[in-house]
Amino acid sequence: MENPIRYILITTFIIGILFTSADAQDNNQKKVTTQEIRVVDFAGLQPLLEKRNDTTYIVNFWATWCAPCIKELPYFKQIHEKYADKKVKVFLVSLDFERQIETRLKPFIEKNKLTPEVIVLNDPKSNIWIDKIDPSWSGAIPATLFFNSNNRLFFEKEFTYNEIEAIIMQLNPQYN
Amino acid sequence: MKQMKNIVILTIAIFAFSFTVSAQGYAVGDMASDFKLKNVDGKMVSLSDYKDAKGYIVIFTCNHCPYSVAYEDRINDINKKYAPLGYPVLAINPNDPAVSPGDSFDAMVVRAKEKDFTFPYLFDDKQSVFPKYGATRTPHVYLLDKTDAGNKVAYIGAIDNNHQDAAAADQKFLEDAIEALRNNKQPEPNFTKAIGCTIKVAKK
Repeated sequence: MENPIRYILITTFIIGILFTSADAQDNNQKKVTTQEIRVVDFAGLQPLLEKRNDTTYIVNFWATWCAPCIKELPYFKQIHEKYADKKVKVFLVSLDFERQIETRLKPFIEKNKLTPEVIVLNDPKSNIWIDKIDPSWSGAIPATLFFNSNNRLFFEKEFTYNEIEAIIMQLNPQYN
Repeated sequence: MKQMKNIVILTIAIFAFSFTVSAQGYAVGDMASDFKLKNVDGKMVSLSDYKDAKGYIVIFTCNHCPYSVAYEDRINDINKKYAPLGYPVLAINPNDPAVSPGDSFDAMVVRAKEKDFTFPYLFDDKQSVFPKYGATRTPHVYLLDKTDAGNKVAYIGAIDNNHQDAAAADQKFLEDAIEALRNNKQPEPNFTKAIGCTIKVAKK
């Protein structure tokens, strides 16, 4: 702390990097292999769920140990890539255990070249936050939330590619 | 336009499917039906076998699901504590081993031995019991209160509020519910939720 100016410069630099990386993700240009994984509790996830703008958000709840989740993941990846320029964005909220992020989750992301951002939701108080995501959710995964500024749809089920696309069309009739 | 029509139909189909799934099963206050399922020791087990029971702790769980595994020791401890008090645990594996190979009957036998399960670990081999109860995930608990009118569902949900760390769980939903029944009170809460693995059913 001998040199406050230097401290401010470093801080500014770090903040700058943070914003730049966020932008890079927005542009869907970020390399999968360098993805840093955000670990959040429900309060940390909430801002994403409350986004209401011109983008359609797809938030998929999954885990590497969940077989039906892994089966549908490639479809969410395809959708994220295909609709990147059409204001449709996929987020993959992982319910993997925190201690397995390095050993299991990161290798899985790299192996499967997952392009949507992966966020780990690490919050044991699921009895409280499951209902806040959707009251119809029993807690089983996979589960997926679709929303834009007009509509919000929640499903506790495994999707096919066509079903995901149908919901995007339903939320965005202009794409037909 | 045709595409639009297809999309609408598909969306309706997805909704209809979601509703049929969630509309089934028991709510708190319903009377639960008995079952006759094969235990890991090869014998058939029913609720009615327990003549002196005051109630039953029916837990849908399985071998493969990490959330179920995280609760194995706790389920064992709960049975050790509450079976002598009249509330035995009956664990039921609802998964189809064709979809979830780690959940075969043979694998159940191995796991029960490894973990010294003190409770019956039953196989819902026809997948007929879990839909009646309305279980959607593992683990999924149904606490039944034995009354003159039948086995009344008193609590549905999670074991406690921390799957990762038993010591950090500061709300023991299931144990609190059993204690409520033992004191002739209604459990509060009587319904909780938790993350779990879907019950694995072969696609038709």
